[in-house]
Formats: sequence, C-alpha cells, structure tokens
Amino acid sequence: MRLHEYQAKGIFADAGIPTPDSRLATSVDEVVDAGAALGYPVAVKAQVHVGGRGKAGGIEIATDDDELREAADAILGMDLKGYHVDRVLVESAVDFVNELYLGVTMDRGEGEPVAMVSSEGGVDIESVAEETPEAIAREGVDPAFGMHPYQARKAVYEAGVPRDVSRAVASVLETLYDLWESKDASEAEINPLMVTDGGDVVAADAVLNVDDDALFRHPDLADMEEESYTDDLERKAGEYGFDYVRLSGNVGIIGNGAGLVMATLDLVDHYGGDPANFLDIGGGAKAERVTNALDMVFSDPNVDSVVFNIFGGITRGDEVARGINDALSQFDEIPKPVVVRLAGTNASEGMEILDTSLVQVEETLEDAVQRAVANAEEVQS
Amino acid sequence: MSVLVDADTRVVVQGITGGEGKFHAEQMIEYGTNVVAGAVPGKGGQEVAGVPVYDTVHEAVRQEDADASVVFVPPAFAADALFEALDTSLDLVVAITEGIPTQDMATVNRRLSETDTHLVGPNCPGVITPGEAKLGILPGNIFASGNVGLVSRSGTLTYQVVDNLTNRGIGQTTAIGIGGDPIIGTSFIDALELFEADPETEAVAMCGEIGGEDEEEAAEYIATQMDTPVAAFIAGRTAPPGKRMGHAGAIVSGSGTGTAESKINALNDAGVPVGDTPEEVADHIEGYL
Repeated sequence: MRLHEYQAKGIFADAGIPTPDSRLATSVDEVVDAGAALGYPVAVKAQVHVGGRGKAGGIEIATDDDELREAADAILGMDLKGYHVDRVLVESAVDFVNELYLGVTMDRGEGEPVAMVSSEGGVDIESVAEETPEAIAREGVDPAFGMHPYQARKAVYEAGVPRDVSRAVASVLETLYDLWESKDASEAEINPLMVTDGGDVVAADAVLNVDDDALFRHPDLADMEEESYTDDLERKAGEYGFDYVRLSGNVGIIGNGAGLVMATLDLVDHYGGDPANFLDIGGGAKAERVTNALDMVFSDPNVDSVVFNIFGGITRGDEVARGINDALSQFDEIPKPVVVRLAGTNASEGMEILDTSLVQVEETLEDAVQRAVANAEEVQS
Repeated sequence: MSVLVDADTRVVVQGITGGEGKFHAEQMIEYGTNVVAGAVPGKGGQEVAGVPVYDTVHEAVRQEDADASVVFVPPAFAADALFEALDTSLDLVVAITEGIPTQDMATVNRRLSETDTHLVGPNCPGVITPGEAKLGILPGNIFASGNVGLVSRSGTLTYQVVDNLTNRGIGQTTAIGIGGDPIIGTSFIDALELFEADPETEAVAMCGEIGGEDEEEAAEYIATQMDTPVAAFIAGRTAPPGKRMGHAGAIVSGSGTGTAESKINALNDAGVPVGDTPEEVADHIEGYL
C-alpha cells in the first residue's frame, strides 16, 4: 500500500525528520490561501501515486498569487499519467545547495534490509543506480539487531555527503530506518533530502510504501489508504478481491495461481494473440468467485474471447464448472466465446458438469489457448 | 532416492486443528506420508486426523520423534511458528502459509542462517517424493515416481509441468515448490544442489518467474557447478513493469531488473534451454533421459 506524499511527510515529521511547512488543498482558493499563509515562493505538488510527477507537469513553483492561481488551475483536476488529481500539497519552496537521496528497502537477494545514501539525489535515482551504482552507498542491516548508529554514519561518509551535514543526515537515516521497520514498510525514501545554505537538511519529498501483508497490525495506516485506480475494472477487481492487472489486448484470461496465469498470458502471446488481462481467482475458489471472474472479463469492452484455465490443487474442478454454468446460464446469448480447460483435482467431475452448449472445452493448456486466440481473431475479422 | 522427504520422514503438522491444516493432514496421510503428530498451542491432548496433538513442537519432537514439520499457521502467527520449528532442530520445515509480512520473514531468514534446517517456502505448495510422502497441498495423483527433479516458484505451474511430464511417462524423484514470496528459505540454487547430489535425479525441470534475481544466480550455479542437465520455464514474459502479478515477489521493477528476458538470457547462456510452453519443457527433459 502506497501512502501519498503528504501522509508520508506527516509521519516523517512526527518522527522528527525536518520537512517544509505545508498545507493540503483541494480547490484553487484553498491553494492561494495556503500560499499567502506560507509565504512565497511555494511549490504546488499533485498528490497522486505517480513517479516522475515533476516531469509530467504535476509540480510547479509559484512566486506570487497570480502564478500560484495559474499553477493550481493547471494541476487541480489534471490527468497525470491516467490518475485524476483532486488534491495538492502546497509547501514552502526550499532554497538548497545540495540534493541527497536516502532510502531503506528489503534486499531480496540477501534477505535483509538495506539502507542507501547517495549525494546525487534529486534526479531519477534509478538511472543513477543503473549508470553509476558506485554513487549509491549501500549498508546491509541485520534485522535481528536493527541499524546501529555507526552503520548510518558509514553509509553517509561513503556516499560523500558534505561533511558539515554528515551528522544531521546520519540522524535522518537512523530515523528513516526506524520508521521503515516500525511501519512494516517495503520502501521508505527521501528524495531529495535538501541541504540548505545554512547547513540544515529538509525532506522535500517522502515515500512510504507499506507491506500489504502487514496491514493487519497497522490499522491506522490501513485507514490512510487512498488508492486511486486508473481504471474502473481494476477498482472492480479490488472489490471482488482478485489479483487483476488490465492489459491492452483482446483475449481475456482467467486462471488459478499467479505462475500459471502468467504462463497462460505468455502462451496467448506465443500463439499470436494479445492478452487483455491477468486475473488470478486464487486457491480454493468457490462457484461464486468463478462467476465474479467471468463478470470481470466480460465487462472489459476490449475482450473478444476468453480462456479459462484451471489446474486444481486445492481448487476443485466441479466447483469451477458450476460457477461457469451459473455465470453463463444468465445470458440469452453468450457475450464472448469462452474456452475452458480443467485439470487436476475433480477435473473429470467438472468436465461432466460443464454445459458444453455454453462453452468450448479443451484438454490441454496449449490447445485451449490456441482456440481462444483463434476465437479472438474470428471476432476481429 | 529422493531429496528432502521420503517414506521415513516423520512429520508434525503445525496448525493441524485449523480447517486447512486438518484437511491437508488427512490428505497427506492418505497419500502415505508418515504424519506422526500435530502441534497447536492450547490444543494438546486432542486427536486430529488420527494423530495426537501437542501444545508445542518441542513436545511433538520429544514424544513422536518428528524430524520435519509442515506449517499451516495463519500469517499473523506464522513467523512465531517458524521460530518454534527452527528451535527444535528439525531437518525440514515446509511453510505453506501465504501472506506472511516480509519483515517477519527477514528475521526468520536470519535465524535460519544459524541452523542446519531446510526451510521450504513460505507461500508454497510444499514438497513431494512421489509414492513416498508429500508435505503440503500438492495433488498427489498427478505425480509419478521417476528420475526427474522439479523445482518451482509457483504452485499451479508446478502441477502443469508435472502433468506434461507424467502424461508422457516421465516420473519425478522429488518436486519442490519453493514459493512466490520475496524472501524464501530454499532458493533455486539450494534445490539444484540437492538434486545435483542425488544419484537418482537424471534431469531437473525448473520453473521460474519474473521478479528478483534468483533465476540468474541459479543460471550461474548451473553453468559452473552442475552436471545434471536442466530445462526451464520462465513465466511473465508479457508482464508490464511495475505491476505485481499476483505473487508478492513477481514484479518487474522500474529499473529493468527481474525481467523474463534477463532470466531467459542468463539461463540460455548457461546452456539451459527455456521452453516457450510447458510442453516444450517436457520435450527437453525427455531428450535428456
């Protein structure tokens, strides 16, 4: 789960990390009021879950009321990489001499947390990581002990942070690690951490992404969720509780288990089709869930044909077959051709239950995918 | 021969009184697995699926000589259950539980590094040695005893590939589902090492997916230290960057790491053919035998 910048900054500030004075605003008038209260110059920043907001026009600096009104007009209500902007953060612009990067995340390869510092913050840190990885100091942390103060200092010195602020930066990094750990974050990031002429440090941006699997022990963070979906179908999938990703093709795909569904997408592509979505109904799905899955895929206007691929382990073929029959019997005419392939637990029972006047049945994954691709081509031609 | 589990493995089921734990304990027993006990705090003295339940894993080990555990404990309590299992010096712990917080697994992983125990999972279908024992939720009927080792990050994709093998008469020594989480106990390399050391395993099928760099590291191991031939499948060629494809671990990051292309290239460079379909993987495996 991703927090908005203003939410993350609130948490960082409460923990003692310096942040600029700021106000959240949802209308042009509120933005202008905020500017007057904060004093110019101010930055107006779209609060959406999009990387590279600045480049996309989601961040503007204003030096007076007129500029601020213009910036607020432009950003509020804009469509930023598919996300609707309905609120902005107005904050005092920081006059800086240096921009640093601080981050804490999980190092999958090592299976332990890693703290990172770079003196080349403020730009796309991922391109720094790719082109000059030596510009990012990395310090692995033993999760049993947490980060020792010396580790924060070591990372800061190795990153070549200006000496006059090294203590202040190390202190921010320690706090950032503690937040990462205590909030069950997957990522905690400050980019940039601005260094001012006077030798102060200020977190000009803030990222705090929380591990979805740990939200059960952070009800306060779960309440802060303001996920803005780009897509009505992804919203619907959220309501149904499906793992769903919408893609651009016309072959709808439903299956059980992330790996098998991914493999089914790949096979559609391999046989010359174009996958419309990833939809995993999960393990042990009952008939109703199957019905909901078909509703999802039928609701996508891009879908011309559907392949339903189930390999039952804890999922039972007879339950799936019942769900498919229920879903399809509601229609006078099946909206889109459906190819079904059932294997594994209770597959033969499922095959007997399936109403073959409503669906096409194939025995192997390869045959099912090829038939669904052919169906899609037929609709297109 | 086999790896990790066989007919003599003595299994304790952690969480045996829960719905899933009970159901799969029964399924494991029906398959022939030597399930000797259950362990659930506060439920000691009961009998479930025909085996005695103890309050602690320690007691199950003391009373019934268990040497492996299967964990069906819910995510909020799973890390504690894993610490408990690791503290009893079992040979093998198989964690089926899905949705364990990643930071919990980092501390479990840290503890694991100090023990000689093999941890498989979490968020995995388990381990099966066909005809002998299964520890987990894999459907036993699709497997057959034979000479191919199988290691996979995904449950149902494992079943698919096994089905392709079994249907043409190719059986398996052992199949290991290592799980789809970002932090797991047994990695591809760990599993490949076990198969390499097993004289009965003549070939290995490996099913990877997008995310992380475990497959790339496995490719390096195969190229430099493995004689047993390997064929692979990599799921997620069509996955867009930045979108989590179901598994917490299956995500291509913005900086281009963890892509299917990088994994396929690394495996091909290591001399490992990567099938475009599960059927092609079976073709390659058949060619090795």
